[in-house]
Amino acid sequence: MAVVTRDGETGVAAGASRPAAATRILASRLFTSMAGLDWLAKIWWTCLSISLFAGLWELCWAMGWADEKLLPPPHIFLSNLTEQGKFFNTATRWQVGTSMDEGPSAFESVLITGAATTARVFAGLVIASVLAIGIGVLVRYYRFFDRLVLPTITLLSPVSPIAWLPVAIFLFGIGNAPAIFMVVVALFFHMVLATINQIDTVNTNFINVARTMGASKAQIYVRVIIPAILPGMLQVLRMNLFGAWMVVLVAESTGVGYGMGQVIMLARNTFNPSLVFFTIAVIGVLGFTFDWLLRLAQRRILYWLPDTAERLRGL
Amino acid sequence: MASENAPHFSSKDAVVCRGVGKTWAAGTKRAHEALRDIDLDIKPGEFVVFLGPSGCGKSTLLYLIAGLEDATGGDTWSFGDKVETPSPERSLIFQETSLFPWLTVWQNVSFGLAIRGASQEERRKVAAEALQRVGLIAAMDKRPDELSGGMRQRVAVARALAMRPKVLLMDEPFAALDVQTRARMQDFLLDVWRDSGASVLFVTHHIDEAVALADRVVVFTSRPGRIKTIYPIDLPRPRNLFSREAEAMRIQLTELLRDEVDRAFAEQEAFAVSA
Repeated sequence: MAVVTRDGETGVAAGASRPAAATRILASRLFTSMAGLDWLAKIWWTCLSISLFAGLWELCWAMGWADEKLLPPPHIFLSNLTEQGKFFNTATRWQVGTSMDEGPSAFESVLITGAATTARVFAGLVIASVLAIGIGVLVRYYRFFDRLVLPTITLLSPVSPIAWLPVAIFLFGIGNAPAIFMVVVALFFHMVLATINQIDTVNTNFINVARTMGASKAQIYVRVIIPAILPGMLQVLRMNLFGAWMVVLVAESTGVGYGMGQVIMLARNTFNPSLVFFTIAVIGVLGFTFDWLLRLAQRRILYWLPDTAERLRGL
Repeated sequence: MASENAPHFSSKDAVVCRGVGKTWAAGTKRAHEALRDIDLDIKPGEFVVFLGPSGCGKSTLLYLIAGLEDATGGDTWSFGDKVETPSPERSLIFQETSLFPWLTVWQNVSFGLAIRGASQEERRKVAAEALQRVGLIAAMDKRPDELSGGMRQRVAVARALAMRPKVLLMDEPFAALDVQTRARMQDFLLDVWRDSGASVLFVTHHIDEAVALADRVVVFTSRPGRIKTIYPIDLPRPRNLFSREAEAMRIQLTELLRDEVDRAFAEQEAFAVSA
């Protein structure tokens, strides 16, 4: 690049450096647009993956292998949104004295129902994580707590959430509370055990470094163990997210006013396969989005973790 | 052995071990003796290398001196105080990187000060000083995973130095580095050692490393680890490692170690057969 010796030449020098700067900007633009392309490619592959599955189904229908009354293909169960939407958010629609056509529109109903279920999953997930991490840390922190609590937790851990369903209803009747309770109970025990496991596998060197620096037990837990287990815990959370989605449907099917599970139950009782598949599609999209958001959050919170997805690429 | 007598040593000594022993899982079926009857005196500012076959308990001794493990026999003192808990005066540097990945370089270096509740300003200042000493001031705001293995170990050294330790305990700190980097790191460590005035206890199984670094080499027997001999390296510094004296010392140390390595091998084979 030009070296500026006199004031008069600065303009020239600036002019000379402009092409270089322009190249750099162009390069960086190209890079961001490449990153954008990467994004597009991801969406493209997602769409392709879904289309392939839907296409096979459509093919089965076209060939006459799949009876459309039992296994209606996507173009059928997605075609009549207004009709399907009527079955969502039925609590307001089916009140005495209101007609079927009153209340929110079909699209709004689906949205409201989906949001209600998502909120239950979210609430259950948050409560379960806070409780599980808290208790997991306490178990390792206090020996007596370990002896007092861990056997019971291990004992209850293999119990299927289905078994808790009556308990949920005994305790909370119907409404949001039993559904959230079900999500919590389905995740809590596993997450406690996972937390303990995460704590046990924290790099001993990390703990020893803190000890030689004079850290107290509490300081070691707050400054070393908790940050060290976060990556694993978020992974556990992501795994359990799907579990939460499964359980919430069971809970909702027992009657919570409105929710995806209730719609599925309704579809079952009225023998409406179209509605079943439509609801499954909505649940899939919701779960997918939830997982995607969690992954985004994970990347933000765990900025120090390298991306290891590429490791097996070269095999 | 001195361990039977009353402890007799100068309270100015950096580290004093009398009859130190360690049995892992003592009292159980899996009990095995790692160390037996270690008597050792280390002067302030001395560079001592622990040399021995793998699994001879030299690292264990380092952990005992650090106060991270409890000895099952004997006692250790540091500058007249009995070693019972870890202390910032005795910093330990590990073989593998032990930097906290969620903290930046300077936050890692000033971790000990954060524990004491120092202000951010003070922490940054001390971290900058320590990083200056290891030549990594430019990496201050980076994250550990952005650094090479050698740089990470230098940051670990800076973190130890930030505590102004009187004893630096190093557990094969350069084992994971390539040969060239290792040679550079040895020079670097000697500079740091000279500047800090701390005693260094350095565990290795590399004879070359022992001859390059040590004032005295403590040669260990195979398990249970005992002190076979203490071998002085009285070469002037900076050392010419290609000199005839250095070569002679390497050969002597190799001879000393050979029996132990053979014995360790034989034991492992016998163990494999019995298992």
